[in-house]
Amino acid sequence: MSDLLIELFSEEIPARMQARASEDLKKMVTDGLVEAGLTYAHAGAFATPRRLTLTIEGLLDKSPDVREERKGPRADAPEKAIEGFLRGAGVSREDLIEREEKKGTILYAIIEKQGRPAAEIVAEVLEKTIRTFPWPKSMRWGTGSLRWVRPLHRILCILTDDAGEATVVPLDVDGIQASNVTEGHRFMAPDAFTVSSFDDYTTKLKRAYVLINPEERAEMIWNDATNAAFANGLEVVEDRGLLAENAGLVEWPVTLMGAIADEYLSLPPEVLQTSMKEHQKFFSVKNPSNGRIERFITVANRETSDNGATILAGNLKVLSARLADAKFFWENDLRVAKSEGLEAWTAKLSNVTFHNKLGSQKDRIDRIAELARKIAPSVGADADLSAKAALVVKADLSSEMVFEFPELQGLMGRYYSEAAGLPAEIANACEEHYSPLGPSDDVPTAPVSVTVALADKLDVLTGFWAIDEKPTGSKDPFALRRAALGVIRLLLTNDIRMSLSEVFGDAEWSTDLLSFFHDRLKVFLRDDGIRHDVIDACLAMPGNDDITLLVKRARALSDVLKTEDGENMVQGFKRANNILTQAEEKDGVEYSFGADPKFADTPEEKALFAAFDAAEEQIKPAMEREDFAAAMQAMATMRGAVDGFFEAVQVNADSDILRRNRLNMLSSIRSICLQVADLTQLEG
Amino acid sequence: MANSTEKPKSFQEIILRLQNYWAEKGCAVLQPYDMEVGAGTFHPATTLRALGSTHWTAAYVQPSRRPTDGRYGDSPNRWQHYYQYQVIIKPSPPNLQDLYLGSLEAIGINMDVHDIRFVEDDWESPTLGAWGLGWEVWCDGMEVSQFTYFQQVGGHDCHPVSGELTYGLERLAMYVLGYDDGNEMPFNDPASPIPLTYGDVFREAEAQYARWNFDVADTDTLLKHFEDAEAECARILEQPADDPKTGRRIVMAQPAYDQCIKASHLFNLLDARGVISVTERQAYIGRVRALAKACADAFVQTSAGGWVAAE
Repeated sequence: MSDLLIELFSEEIPARMQARASEDLKKMVTDGLVEAGLTYAHAGAFATPRRLTLTIEGLLDKSPDVREERKGPRADAPEKAIEGFLRGAGVSREDLIEREEKKGTILYAIIEKQGRPAAEIVAEVLEKTIRTFPWPKSMRWGTGSLRWVRPLHRILCILTDDAGEATVVPLDVDGIQASNVTEGHRFMAPDAFTVSSFDDYTTKLKRAYVLINPEERAEMIWNDATNAAFANGLEVVEDRGLLAENAGLVEWPVTLMGAIADEYLSLPPEVLQTSMKEHQKFFSVKNPSNGRIERFITVANRETSDNGATILAGNLKVLSARLADAKFFWENDLRVAKSEGLEAWTAKLSNVTFHNKLGSQKDRIDRIAELARKIAPSVGADADLSAKAALVVKADLSSEMVFEFPELQGLMGRYYSEAAGLPAEIANACEEHYSPLGPSDDVPTAPVSVTVALADKLDVLTGFWAIDEKPTGSKDPFALRRAALGVIRLLLTNDIRMSLSEVFGDAEWSTDLLSFFHDRLKVFLRDDGIRHDVIDACLAMPGNDDITLLVKRARALSDVLKTEDGENMVQGFKRANNILTQAEEKDGVEYSFGADPKFADTPEEKALFAAFDAAEEQIKPAMEREDFAAAMQAMATMRGAVDGFFEAVQVNADSDILRRNRLNMLSSIRSICLQVADLTQLEG
Repeated sequence: MANSTEKPKSFQEIILRLQNYWAEKGCAVLQPYDMEVGAGTFHPATTLRALGSTHWTAAYVQPSRRPTDGRYGDSPNRWQHYYQYQVIIKPSPPNLQDLYLGSLEAIGINMDVHDIRFVEDDWESPTLGAWGLGWEVWCDGMEVSQFTYFQQVGGHDCHPVSGELTYGLERLAMYVLGYDDGNEMPFNDPASPIPLTYGDVFREAEAQYARWNFDVADTDTLLKHFEDAEAECARILEQPADDPKTGRRIVMAQPAYDQCIKASHLFNLLDARGVISVTERQAYIGRVRALAKACADAFVQTSAGGWVAAE
């Protein structure tokens, strides 16, 4: 057994790509080794800004020998056939043996493959891995044609045997020769050195100010940061993405805490946080007693003789310049919001094109306001207030702060609405009307917010359908799928009854847009465990442009299908439907006259009449009050009688009267089932 | 030459030290290109020379103009006219990062107390049809340079690849010299008989250009000039390679490229005048890119671009 150590040493790898790259390295190398017959006990992968590292323990020293017998033609086959077989098997005539079998003398080739030494296989697998590595973006450098994320400088590749003896795996990739050499921290310990094993490698690198494990670096940053904050009675605002990014920017993390100058403490905490995070990758440090962001933590990549004083001073200087900008924007914006009102900002959006066929942002806002007024009653919101909100929710797009930090859109609208003295409902709508954005984003519930959020999304969908710019394949530049899903979640979460067809009007694209919604709904409900055929069975029913109604029906049907009675009732329905369809085709009539109980002559038939009457009595009122669950349960109660009927009764009786009556009975059952959902659409 | 461990005293000393440093490293120290450009990359010594197989190395200061950045000379860190220092080496040498760090030391940045980081920042110029991968270089959290390995220029794959370094000189100098207001930093040695600040040199002109750029420039004329440059560029490139007068092969890539540079700057002026809508913007950028591509196509037909006459 041996241990394998690989390090690919390059110029700085983007932080966001490191975790995926170390996993890819592990997967590609271990898959390649195993495929070649080299199994191993354990593998681990690590990344720093300058290296990807892979350690594999307990690797076989050579791949196992393989002996394979391949059956060929008969010994008396034409010479050409035998030659072809020899070529295919890669053996010569002497390697063939003969076996007497029923069909005569058959030739067999014995192919023996010697196992290969680990080093040979490792070299092949690693070279292929390097040449086909799936970087999201890769580049060439110098005169070469090799691609890597940034210039690749060293390949360290050694096998260490049980005695601790290390050998370099011979490998040359475009002039980069594998070795047992690496180097330390770019500034603190730049010299190159040799290593003999993974332990030796990590120990020496640590001495050379490099921690190869990103989790260890993240943990160290987080511990140091929280300790420093805690010692001052403060707390670090948690941000896992930022932590991982910082861990990916340093090999030797050193956290430094600095104070935000008093003059910037009046800025909204989100502004401070966004500015510090986006521009400088700082953590925000909050004072729990007043909720203000008062300090920051920056992560440097080195220790210095002045304990980071110069580094901290430099960072503070950059921060002050940034915050001075932010404060300037904030104060200007507040002044405009108070003196001119948010409508003045909305008016400015007439100069901003939303889409050349759909007019300006202002045109769009006017449409949203009109739509908000129209749909407000369905949501239970005040129509005037909703329309008024719609006219200002996007006003902050004209503010200087949002121009600088687009990700603060909506939130700044809330602050500026409050400053302008607008009602709380409008301020909320500013912040909430973009939601839900992602599938895990919270759905607003305040009526005015919901109304504007719906109007915003419905406008974008109807607009792009009207100009025929629909999503195709993977292309959805205007995020229309997300908008439709947002509408679906808004309607469902708030239990809103709304006819989408009414919103779309009688435009020629309205059916197409509705079926787009239906497709999105299928995807959404699939994640909820509702089968697509269950949805199809409900889509075929009236009112399928009312998402809430549709989903209520689908959930009820899905639930009843999970019960034994429900599942069997559907089978009974299908059987009845098949018999009826055949009879109706044959006889050329529809059996829809209703059955007469006086012709029921067996107990099973009588029981079916009784079960039908009982079910019908419940189903009709349940359907009227749209209680699909009750209707479907009532339908399922017929299951026993239906099964009993089919077991004991011959529908196609000799007596024509009995036959017709039974067919009419089945027809009644079919039609009452079809009132609940189109069960013919169900599979299986 | 000044001892690099000593802090430079002025804006010009930083430039001089960079010139000396890169001259010592073997770069041809060129002078600025004599046309209005938006960035040092536009200099033909970078854009055109990054194309083709011929090896190349150059360093130069490039006065650059971004009309929309004008602040009438009132901003501490924004000017419509500013300086970039540009280094290009083709093929990119394996020790380019070390060479770059050496240049920071040369201008007085002590590596032992500062935190230098290479942070992902891929470069793309839609107007030049060019892109590359690299970083912005951070010194204590401040971006001091852009570091790029060119992958494509004018739609052509770069082979060999050029390494390009761009230093924003004002910001870098403010940091090294310790000034928060760039207008106050010394342009020449403050101990000179006539000491001048950056503001003394540029402030007045900044106000003049801001007024012209934002309010006075005649947009009809600018538009006409844009169209003229575009047409002239196309006309130059339509000419046959063989010059009827001298009988020599002369592909006029650079004169055509001058027209492309002109069009690009005129577009920036029109943009500053606020007469280009969001949708038109893309169309203008596309027109300039088409010119840049055509010039790149022509440059690879020249011997500087690696063209060799068929036997």
